[in-house]
Amino acid sequence: MDKPLLRGELVRLKALDPEVNASLVSSWSRDGEYLRLLDIEPAIPWSAQHIKEWLEKEIEKADSAVNNFLFFIETLAVEDEPGGKIIGFVGLGEVEWHHGDAFVGIGIGERDYWGRGYGTDAMQVLLRYAFDELNLHRVSLGVFEYNTRARRAYEKAGFVVEGRGRQELHRDGRRWDMIFMGILREEWQRARADAANS
Amino acid sequence: MNANSALFTGKDLRLTPIDREKDPEVESRWTHDLEYLRMLDSELARPLTPAQVKKKYEEIEKEIDQSRSRFYFALRTTSEPERLLGFLEIPWVMWNQGVAGIRLGISDPADRRKGYGRQALQLMLRYAFDELNLYRLVAQIPAYNRIAIRLFEGAGFVEEVRRREALHRAGQRWDALEFGLLREEWEAGRG
Repeated sequence: MDKPLLRGELVRLKALDPEVNASLVSSWSRDGEYLRLLDIEPAIPWSAQHIKEWLEKEIEKADSAVNNFLFFIETLAVEDEPGGKIIGFVGLGEVEWHHGDAFVGIGIGERDYWGRGYGTDAMQVLLRYAFDELNLHRVSLGVFEYNTRARRAYEKAGFVVEGRGRQELHRDGRRWDMIFMGILREEWQRARADAANS
Repeated sequence: MNANSALFTGKDLRLTPIDREKDPEVESRWTHDLEYLRMLDSELARPLTPAQVKKKYEEIEKEIDQSRSRFYFALRTTSEPERLLGFLEIPWVMWNQGVAGIRLGISDPADRRKGYGRQALQLMLRYAFDELNLYRLVAQIPAYNRIAIRLFEGAGFVEEVRRREALHRAGQRWDALEFGLLREEWEAGRG
């Protein structure tokens, strides 16, 4: 219980507020490249009103079923970063309590924050939440073959490749694999102990 | 092409619609076999009343009708009197990628190991590739279901993903497997 559970080095995780954040998420959905890195569904730009309704539904689902956890990622004030800016989201879905497994999804909608360690930091915070608060046994994810930046970040966070869904994606006239990765509780604990000792 | 060839009929079984009046009683009985439910997927195994099964059927048919992204068949014998054997479904389709899931269950232990699964799977593959025009199929199978693994591998599916220790059943951890089959592999096997 040494440090705040939802706080990392660069970011903290916050409850999502449909009222305040819908227009921001709508603006991210106008970035086709972002959507195609994130989702297998057809890329669609959504209105702020639609996003607001969708977020409200997500909250309702989370309240009633308690099998998904969605957070916004807010920057902390460090060096030349003033902090307090919402840059993306991270969440756990498809939580299967009886098996202790869940899928994680993450998106950094603010391009200025790509490739600077913000996503990795948010993922670390989320993993601590998944293992120390939810007591999960493992966390899973799927990442597209062409999303090399994300693949590197997940490896850095301790995820291991567990297989490839061959040719799962069809984009720009060719097919790509879906890469599945996972991290076990014991792997995460070992990495934490190693980091503490170094 | 032979557009008249029997899409829904194999040697010993047929892909048929749900019978909302008669099937719930039978399936309710099967859902009390938790060992069977555990073989199907990772969901919490629990028995259902006939009324619950009927409601599930209604939801399935509504979803098929509204989304056209799910397809479900009741499997029945061709021999008379026609008898329910289990189910066969494409639980989801991602149309923009040409990818879909596939699952099946031969529900009564007495009907297993008789080749029904193999025949049913052949019919479903033909439906998926020749009727829905999909490119790739995905089957999720718990590592402890050796019969299903043999069945899908026999039909040409390849093990692609092994999510380590993702299942916890009866005090033991098991891997969750994913098998894939591509259109060209199916076409080559059809010879």
